[in-house]
Amino acid sequence: MKDNKNLLEIKDLSIHYITDDGTVRAVEEMNLEIGVGETLGLVGETGAGKTTTALGIMNLVPNPPGKIIGGEIVFEGEDLVKKSQSELRKIRGNKISMIFQDPMTSLNPVMTVGDQIAEVVKLHQNVNAAEATERAMEMLEKVGIPGTRHKDFPHQFSGGMRQRVVIAIALACNPTLLIADEPTTALDVTIQAQVLDLMRNLKHEFNTSMIMITHDLGVVAEVCDKVAIMYAGNVIEYTDVKRLYTSPKHPYTIGLFGSIPDIESDESRLKPIKGLMPDPTNIPSGCPFHPRCPKAMDICSQRKPKNTEVEPGHFVKCLLFENTEK
Amino acid sequence: MHKYILRRLLMLVPVMLGVTLIVFTMMHFTPGDPAKIMLGESAPEAEVIKLREELGLDDPFLVQFGRYVFNAVQGDIGRSYTTNRPVAIEIMERFPSTLKLAALGVLVSVSLGIPTGIISATRQYSLFDNIAMVAALLGVSMPNFWQGLMLILFFSVQLKWFPSSGFSTPSQMVLPALTLGTSSAAIITRMTRSSMLEVIRQDYIRTARAKGQAESIVINKHALNNALIPIITVIGLQFGYLLGGAVLTESIFSIPGVGRLMVESIKARNFPVVQGGVLFIAITFSFVNLLVDILYAFVDPRIKSQYK
Repeated sequence: MKDNKNLLEIKDLSIHYITDDGTVRAVEEMNLEIGVGETLGLVGETGAGKTTTALGIMNLVPNPPGKIIGGEIVFEGEDLVKKSQSELRKIRGNKISMIFQDPMTSLNPVMTVGDQIAEVVKLHQNVNAAEATERAMEMLEKVGIPGTRHKDFPHQFSGGMRQRVVIAIALACNPTLLIADEPTTALDVTIQAQVLDLMRNLKHEFNTSMIMITHDLGVVAEVCDKVAIMYAGNVIEYTDVKRLYTSPKHPYTIGLFGSIPDIESDESRLKPIKGLMPDPTNIPSGCPFHPRCPKAMDICSQRKPKNTEVEPGHFVKCLLFENTEK
Repeated sequence: MHKYILRRLLMLVPVMLGVTLIVFTMMHFTPGDPAKIMLGESAPEAEVIKLREELGLDDPFLVQFGRYVFNAVQGDIGRSYTTNRPVAIEIMERFPSTLKLAALGVLVSVSLGIPTGIISATRQYSLFDNIAMVAALLGVSMPNFWQGLMLILFFSVQLKWFPSSGFSTPSQMVLPALTLGTSSAAIITRMTRSSMLEVIRQDYIRTARAKGQAESIVINKHALNNALIPIITVIGLQFGYLLGGAVLTESIFSIPGVGRLMVESIKARNFPVVQGGVLFIAITFSFVNLLVDILYAFVDPRIKSQYK
């Protein structure tokens, strides 16, 4: 895992939302790395801070109330947090692009899909309008939509096709990093598989690195190389896919696997994780997971766990493992 | 689209009939005898009766109404009691001034209202936004006639920058256009602000930013184009009102427009002109509305697909 050619390194990143009702620590001291061509899965429940992380990388966290409090986002050797908006605009949509969660609302309803793809091409590549349109038609073909439909508006497409258009926009400039924020959540199961296939093929074709945000462990197993599990703004477990599936360490991760139905087991009931995600303005002291944790100890409510490397390339934020190390 | 426009034009027929009936009824039951007013208070009783007969004022209500509609369909909406000229010509002579005034009023209100609304929305709760919203509140609450008089006092009487009456030179048009445009500007500002506030929180605005698009284009192209529908609606309504309802402004600045013609005609019980005027205003209002509905289709392709 210690690859020197990391495309993206996130170091101690913290993003907070400062509201009248209190401060939401959406992302807390996050550390992640992504190599060239690698796919990282970012897994967690709704509200765990996955989308905020993604918007943080794009520097698009709505501000106010959101703010990057500290840390670095090093992309191709340069810290994105320190960059100006005009420098960032040259990276957004060009080197880093994002596929959004809801295809029904992510496209501008009064612009043709062709214009929406051509827009990003014109912004980042030295082409005239005709060439940009041609490129837009090519991209449509690439995601399986006839190029002749570039003059159609979003409302003339189905949800799955709109998501393909969103993907076409994201890939139009051959980004080196693609952030996919639950790209299949809003789609039917059959369409989900098609879209995942499409993304995997295009990723191979362009050797794009990818951050796949999802709450679906099945999707992770299919497309990811590495996985980071998030809980209440913290990455609580971070390792490669194989190790995560064979030997999950954090009680929350184990709980997640317990809540997936398994055809082969005889059990008739799923084992859900007890309780709910904590109120984001009022995160429990110590380890944020301790009130729901089946293995909670007294110390868990008093001290925040540190990021512990339990085996090479396998990081866990849990006091259980910090203690065994000592 | 053509079928839609045709259907809308056909719908004007019942609207016109309804408007005519209402105005006709109201005028019919208004106290005051036109014949007496035309001939003067001291005219002999016999002449008044003769004139009443000539004008058909003694016929039953429905007969009078039927006759009016029958003539109107053929393009004859009667003659003015005071000048004995065709009402249609009287109105058309006055209409250019009214149209010019309304157009200038809308120009003032749009060029003030839309930019202010956009800036207010992008800087919600900022000092600019707060000042703009207070100004908008003042703009809608200030009575038109009072504002007009204040403008005359300040700019005509004190500073002597602009003349206080007339409507033929550009400098004569400044004060009336400002007076007429202020309240519309305030309404358009508020509508632009709220519509933009709703749109700039949409996902597709985030998509546009994620493409690396400059903020000015994100706001002025992606957001504004989506926020336009309610703004156009308000502009259309305001234009319609200004076309027919500039009575006060026209009176204050002595502008020979349709509004002032109507006021004079009401005072003189000049029924045909009042009826013709109201009918004319109703028609222009309906046309402006139709125009707005057609504009929708060009702004929003989702609406265009419904116009079949």
